Amino acid sequence: MKKRRIWLGLAGLGLGLMAGALPALAGDADTATAAPAVAAPVVNSGDTAWVLVSTAFVMLMTIPGLAFFYGGLVRKKNVLSVLMQCFFLMCAISLQWVVLGYSLSFGPDIKGLIGNLSWAGLNHVGVEPNADYAGTIPHQVFMIFQMMFAVITPGLIIGAFAERMKFAAFAVFTLLWSTLVYDPVCHWVWGIGGFLKTSGALDFAGGTVVHINAGIAAIVAAIVLGRRLGHPHKLSPPHNLPFAVLGAALLWFGWYGFNAGSALAANGLAGSAFIATHIATAVAGLAWAGMDLLFNRRMTVLGLISGAVAGLVAITPAAGFVTVMGSMWIGLGAGVICYLFVSIVKEKLGYDDALDAFGVHCIGGIWGALATGLWATTSVNSAGANGLFYGNPGQFLIQLKAVAITVAYSAVVSYILLKIVDVVIGLRATEQSERIGLDLTDHRETGYTMLD
Amino acid sequence: MKYIVAIIQPDRMDEVLERLTDKKVHLVTVTTVMGRGRQGGIAQVYRSHKEAGTLLKKIKLEIAVNDDFVDTTIEAITGGARTGEVGDGKIFVLNLDECIRIRTGEKGKEAIG
Repeated sequence: MKKRRIWLGLAGLGLGLMAGALPALAGDADTATAAPAVAAPVVNSGDTAWVLVSTAFVMLMTIPGLAFFYGGLVRKKNVLSVLMQCFFLMCAISLQWVVLGYSLSFGPDIKGLIGNLSWAGLNHVGVEPNADYAGTIPHQVFMIFQMMFAVITPGLIIGAFAERMKFAAFAVFTLLWSTLVYDPVCHWVWGIGGFLKTSGALDFAGGTVVHINAGIAAIVAAIVLGRRLGHPHKLSPPHNLPFAVLGAALLWFGWYGFNAGSALAANGLAGSAFIATHIATAVAGLAWAGMDLLFNRRMTVLGLISGAVAGLVAITPAAGFVTVMGSMWIGLGAGVICYLFVSIVKEKLGYDDALDAFGVHCIGGIWGALATGLWATTSVNSAGANGLFYGNPGQFLIQLKAVAITVAYSAVVSYILLKIVDVVIGLRATEQSERIGLDLTDHRETGYTMLD
Repeated sequence: MKYIVAIIQPDRMDEVLERLTDKKVHLVTVTTVMGRGRQGGIAQVYRSHKEAGTLLKKIKLEIAVNDDFVDTTIEAITGGARTGEVGDGKIFVLNLDECIRIRTGEKGKEAIG
């Protein structure tokens, strides 16, 4: 009897030990969130509410914001193709994100380059906060907030290949791009262990990860796809500027979630990021309109809204690191620099970046990322760093390096992906399709009926 | 029977239609069209991309009249549309071979009025 009890006891002990050891065997995932020496992080309802609301705000930026901003700028016969692409991205990239994108972007690090797949299908992504990323909100809330960034980023590239890329090619390309370009770059800058994050690069809400990343892919796509028929001499004006204004206003509104939400807390930093976002945008809009006045003798609606968008782009990496004065300078720079790129450089070089995805998002993003290296101050955000104007020239160089690496990687891989898709499916719509319009040829639909 | 086509400035339409009604010319078809005269039109600027002078919005009136109404119709149109500025428009008078009222099947002079 005694012997059996001893054996039972030993067996029970052995089982207990094995059960305790199982998590360690199951994978490295749990070590990312496991065994904290301190008390488990506590969910803060204010923070959670704010990040959930911000998630919805950023969702609004893709549809209807970007969709109608771009939709109004293209010709009538292509309006649906743009709306379709944006809406489709919301559906497809959301799925890609939960299935594998989130794990690749934010999951346990592999050599500083990419996350592993242990969080695929949101495995281990539960309601407990992940203290590495956002200690006061459920991990899942952080995940879905980030999802909206992953969705809108490929949407920006649409601006470059609008009116001439086949829908099937677009669908395949953007899914591949999301996985092989967005997710890695996101990991480098925002993932724990990401090598650019480790090097100290500052990107509050996605100047590098979103705008430069997509903006460079945009110029590559514009060049690979080639110019639209009739470019540059026979260009049509925007078919619905009111749509474009509506879209731009929705983008501005949603961007409060994009930037201020990236504070991941309902606190003073979110407030200052909100203000910086708003003021930079206001100044940038006026700056671009001012350039219009200077060069074209009148302000234009398209100029004002384009300037505002450029300001929003530029302040994105800086929002949580700069003062209001800093944000004014950043906005001013964005309005002026992006204007010059769109109106002078683009015409001189002759590429057909149809809706200025490169001129506004890439150039605006580069200006913003570098400006962060100038105007960042720990007095606004102690978790950040000081920039050149606050006595730390090193930060500017760190920013420059992050920009250069992102530009190089995105350009090269985007190019390769475009070429692969071109060979397998074919990128560009036929000349006939382009003349008729993609709405009818890709989707057999028209945006507006001629008669009732 | 004559078919009168008039291209006028959009903002003169109400005045022209009023004068036509005064002269008892009621039947008219109106369409919005794009056009240009000897001058180029207003060049649009799109993100600093200037377009060459383009077409301008105009109104086209089409009126079928009996021969004895041609002069009064022209008078009404001219009176309402003329501003003295470049861009006032033009009137064309075409010969009309036949006119049929669909509801009754009437033809010719009776069908016009």
